Amino acid sequence: MSTTSPVEKAGAATATYVDQRLGSNKFLARNLGKVFPDHWSFMLGEIALYSFIVVLLTGTYLTLFFKPSMVEVVYNGSYVPLKGIEMSEAYASTLDISFDIRGGLLIRQMHHWAALIFLAAMTVHMFRVFFTGAFRKPREFNWIIGVVLVTMGLLAGFSGYSLPDDLLSGTGLQIARGIVQAIPVIGTWAAFLLFGGEFPGTDFISRLYAIHILLIPGLILALVTLHLIMVFTQKHTQFPGPGRTNDNVVGYPLMPVYMAKAGGFFFVVFGVIALVGGLISINPIWIFGPYTPDQVSAGSQPDWYIGFLDGALRLMPNWESTIAGFTLSWNILIPALIVPGILFTVLGAYPFIEAWVTGDKREHHLLDRPRNAPTRTAFGTMAISFYVLLLVGGGNDIIATAFDVSINSIIWFLRITLFIIPPLVFVFTRRICLGLQRRDQAKLLHGYEAGRILRLPHGEFIEVHQPLSVKELAVITSKNDIEPLPVPEKADIDGVKNKKFKSHNRRAKLSRFFYGDNIPLPSAAEIEAGQAHVAHDAELEAPLAAYEDADELRRAHGGVLHHPGMAETNAEQEAER
Amino acid sequence: MKFLAARRRNPLVAIGLLLFALLAVGGGYAAIASVQPAQASASSQTQVEEGKQLFLSGCSSCHGLEAQGTANGPTMIGVGAAAVDFQVASGRMPMAAPGAQAGARPTDIYTQDQIDALAAYVASLAPGPANPTAEDLDFSNADVAEGGVLFRTNCAQCHQAAGQGGALTQGKYAPNLMAATPREMYQAMVTGPQSMPVFSNETLPVEDKQAIMAYVTELQTASSPGGLDLGRIGPVAEGLFLWTAVFAALIGAAVWIGIKAR
Repeated sequence: MSTTSPVEKAGAATATYVDQRLGSNKFLARNLGKVFPDHWSFMLGEIALYSFIVVLLTGTYLTLFFKPSMVEVVYNGSYVPLKGIEMSEAYASTLDISFDIRGGLLIRQMHHWAALIFLAAMTVHMFRVFFTGAFRKPREFNWIIGVVLVTMGLLAGFSGYSLPDDLLSGTGLQIARGIVQAIPVIGTWAAFLLFGGEFPGTDFISRLYAIHILLIPGLILALVTLHLIMVFTQKHTQFPGPGRTNDNVVGYPLMPVYMAKAGGFFFVVFGVIALVGGLISINPIWIFGPYTPDQVSAGSQPDWYIGFLDGALRLMPNWESTIAGFTLSWNILIPALIVPGILFTVLGAYPFIEAWVTGDKREHHLLDRPRNAPTRTAFGTMAISFYVLLLVGGGNDIIATAFDVSINSIIWFLRITLFIIPPLVFVFTRRICLGLQRRDQAKLLHGYEAGRILRLPHGEFIEVHQPLSVKELAVITSKNDIEPLPVPEKADIDGVKNKKFKSHNRRAKLSRFFYGDNIPLPSAAEIEAGQAHVAHDAELEAPLAAYEDADELRRAHGGVLHHPGMAETNAEQEAER
Repeated sequence: MKFLAARRRNPLVAIGLLLFALLAVGGGYAAIASVQPAQASASSQTQVEEGKQLFLSGCSSCHGLEAQGTANGPTMIGVGAAAVDFQVASGRMPMAAPGAQAGARPTDIYTQDQIDALAAYVASLAPGPANPTAEDLDFSNADVAEGGVLFRTNCAQCHQAAGQGGALTQGKYAPNLMAATPREMYQAMVTGPQSMPVFSNETLPVEDKQAIMAYVTELQTASSPGGLDLGRIGPVAEGLFLWTAVFAALIGAAVWIGIKAR
């Protein structure tokens, strides 16, 4: 080794010292040089990771002062409008954190904002993974871990929202208890078991606290670690581009490029959270007051990530039936248990559903462009539109007052459009994707429309097309054409009946639904012919382009446009006149 | 006592007792009832007359020539001066347009003298809640914290915990209280305008009303310790801010870092 500078020498000495004890050099040499592809959307997951770190840091500070107890105390802190009021110790200590502990309110607000950002970042990261097909083989397990992480995030958020024991959190818990009670047969007992008796009881905050600061964060931490290890070992997917194949990764090494980028981004995320936590009020619990079951505030809402559940509850008609002495509260069962149950099950199972329909067993390290998987993309946007409509339903009272419309009209509008808009979104998205595929095809066969009309010397007008850049050609031709599965034979040549005809036929139909409308890439020969034709266009235009580009020439000719064969110099032109 | 004991089963005794009871109840009622009209008659007869003229020209098309109410508007008999003053001074009446609910608006249709005359006329029809005195509205000694409890128990389910207002059914709403004066709060409580229930001085004593006024005034004037308060309407505004401003900043940063260094 030819170490020259003292810094390098010291670094080498340290590495050797550590390596002799841990044998780490081999591991580091292999992994620090690991190449990651570059794209801004690959950083969405990082936002989630970093905001989670901020949640852990600020949460630790809060545990130093928060008292998870429902013992009734009389508040005697510095917030006058609540002085002398009886409240739980949990609420009183949250007030103390907000008003009497140095930096307490800032940390509380950072904790809350970071939690909202954590969930939002996970959601958007999931969208990116979904729409680019990054969940395909071999990454199905990591997708499931991601779905579990989102679920854990929802639980972490809701348990935190419920801890301060203010009017809003108590109202949320009351609804949660109602949902538990709606579970058929065991609901009532389950609710008693969870809450330790009648609502609100005296046990629940301390139980929730253990879940919020120990169980869920521990699980999230373990799953995040697993999630990242899998990204590391399976390598990161990459968007198509020149030189990028299914078998390589084009990008920069972890050390130093991504260490610097990711490290810097951590501080950016931390900075944004600190800024927002310091400047924007969130959950002002002192306004809501301590929870008592006889009080409720208008406009009581959950945080945004539970909004879709609240919305579903608000939109559901009041249906109930009694079977064999057990009450079935469909009005809660459907929106709060069945709909989210289906949503999350389909979400978790989607990679397997798609692999089954397509019969695709290959590994995929090159990402799909959303347009190239029109049915998947349409499914995604349909699900998002459904979710957003539910979310809007969760804020129906705020919308009613803010825009001066009747809350009943909003509810009925949403009840109806919940079944109309998502299918329309599906159809539109699919059509848009197919349209974009056609455009890609046209680009391959005819190049870009340059928007310029050229008159040829013999009088013909042509529209000039430009050839595609190397990058664009690589991106467009990265498309994987998947043939829909063939309709199975009812019987083979020997007349033996195909016993699996029904299931195979169903699968073939689904496959046709997924890929039947696919616009296949032109063959290599067709592309070549197309691009050659375009190149010919460019050739026709070339003298003109060269001429226009050559400023000197233009200046020499007094700005008069020429065609080949025309008089070139001023003298020739004059002579011609 | 022997005399009474001996004759207590006489049939005339029952009649005598009945007469006595009727007299006592009737006389007592007359004595109490006569107290309240005296309040109404405190306003001068000319003011009542002026109020009647204003009523006939401005209100009677909906509330009836005799203030008895029509299909378009409720009776004004017994609503009291406080109701008239609250509804007219805040611009709710005369109603700007038919709708789910009469909304407050800046108004100069009637002068305060004319409103007083209208109020005097309506109050002269039958006893009803009177306008608050300066003493009623003096909440300087009220307990703000107690007011907070009363507000959250009685008012927050419609007006929202921070007094930002809330939606009711079919386009009706509980208005935002951030510009409400103590006088308006008092009048609203004793008269129960629109969808609001009446909180009479029997159910909610004047001291409690003063505590509520003190708390709402505190809500109106309190600064936001946590920074920009986003309208104090709760998690919806927070979520909106998150998905627009905060997330835009984070994605902007991601794009910036993701750009290839050249």
